[in-house]
Amino acid sequence: MAPTVIPFGPQHPVLPEPIHLTLTTKDEIVTEAVPQLGYIHRGLEKLADIKDFHQLVQVVERVCGICSCIHAATYAQAIEALMNIEVPPRAHLLRVIWSELHRVHSHLLWLGLFADGFGFESLFMQTWRIREKIMDVMEATAGNRVIISVNVIGGVRRDLSPEQCQWILSVLDDAEKEYKELGKVFLDDYSVQKRTRGQGVLTREKAYELGACGPTGRGSGIAQDVRQTGYSGYAMLDFEPVVENDGDSYARCKVRYREVLQSFDLIRQAINKLPEGEINVKVKGNPEGEVITRSEQPRGELLYYVRASGKKHLDRLRIRTPTFANIPPLLAMLPGTELANVPVVVLSIDPCISCTER
Amino acid sequence: MQAIKNLIKKSRIKSPWLLHYDCSSCNGCDIEILACLTPLYDVERFGIINAGNPKHADILLVTGGVNNRNKHVLQNIYAQMPDPKVVVCVGACGNTGGIFRDAYNILGGVDKAIPVDVYVPGCPPKPEAIIDGVVKALGILAEKSENLKNCVEQEDDR
Ligand code: SF4
Repeated sequence: MAPTVIPFGPQHPVLPEPIHLTLTTKDEIVTEAVPQLGYIHRGLEKLADIKDFHQLVQVVERVCGICSCIHAATYAQAIEALMNIEVPPRAHLLRVIWSELHRVHSHLLWLGLFADGFGFESLFMQTWRIREKIMDVMEATAGNRVIISVNVIGGVRRDLSPEQCQWILSVLDDAEKEYKELGKVFLDDYSVQKRTRGQGVLTREKAYELGACGPTGRGSGIAQDVRQTGYSGYAMLDFEPVVENDGDSYARCKVRYREVLQSFDLIRQAINKLPEGEINVKVKGNPEGEVITRSEQPRGELLYYVRASGKKHLDRLRIRTPTFANIPPLLAMLPGTELANVPVVVLSIDPCISCTER
Repeated sequence: MQAIKNLIKKSRIKSPWLLHYDCSSCNGCDIEILACLTPLYDVERFGIINAGNPKHADILLVTGGVNNRNKHVLQNIYAQMPDPKVVVCVGACGNTGGIFRDAYNILGGVDKAIPVDVYVPGCPPKPEAIIDGVVKALGILAEKSENLKNCVEQEDDR
């Protein structure tokens, strides 16, 4: 039979975001996948010409609504490095708390979508029910559910009171208990394993060669986690990267499942170690020079490049997001997949198109 | 015949099907729309279902501003939906372009490409606000299907 060409996207029921893949199939098996991007390109980096470097914090938060807090924190880190600003330790740990809350909500969101991708609707509902608890914490502590705007250059703009900290801890305990129940389904259920094991295999060598990052790389046995470099408050905390070795969709799911538990633990550690003191410092003058900062997003390594020449507006802002690095591995995973499993494999890298195209 | 028409009209309002398209949003609005489907907000109790196929949908939810690349996709989806249909645009970006309105690749709000019936403000709007917008859209849908019925009857009389 001659190969059939099937368009996948840009509007597709399982993916909320527009990505277009042209799939060449032979007898229901994908032989080649070619992506087409650009549906949600906005030209965000160029906004650096119009908005000054303080306003840009709000702009970079909107690179991606799911991990907005981490974008803002990384950008702030870059500017702070340029201007030699010493951020107070309390602000560092508060950033960690909100970043990890974002990671938890992002992973729960993904686990739900993934379950929906292989047709396990009730699991999707259960995961998102737990996620609402985390959203409540964000709303109560920052005033908004998704884009929380807590970061400013020089620290954070909101503080946590001791009562709030206690309350967060109790919510986390609650959520963790329910989450562990779900874990049994995600990790041991027969039908989940049937749909995910052996799907979209990426070997360790291939992952390394193609530059996979984040849970996609860690699912293939690459123990790389930028948080280990100890940026922001992570130097004060104690954790190990989560690694699985199988390299299939199941392994990537397991990595994310375990990372949620790790994030719960990190939030607890950060709350317990929260020192007294200021939450931000005054910023005077304009940035000058050139800097690269990295951080770990829920999807992998995030990189910011900033160049400034002592003016209110930056010369150049460049963002490299994890999904951009994970698209070549995805294209390597797809050949050999059955057409019905394409959504599962595409979801397994946790694509964030709005990050990639900005 | 009349009885069937009445039934269709009633069920359209009782159980509208949604289609969601992400124009160039930052995901913030999209995950809030998805959150509406989950147990806490559970719009399914109103009979609202998130359909994947434009040909099955009554209400189009759009997030994000329009650019040259996705403009025709959006228009295409809109054209594929059967009448009567309503468009709800969610979030500051969809309404006006929002924070990205000055960006070079944003033409503006959704109304630059297709007619919009309900605007939901916020960045991102809360799920409550989105549900509110959809309920408003239901009123408009009822009105539109009334008009449509009148048109069809006039045709029949002729
Ligand atoms: S309105 Fe706000 S949350 Fe919604 S897409 Fe635009 S920037 Fe994102």
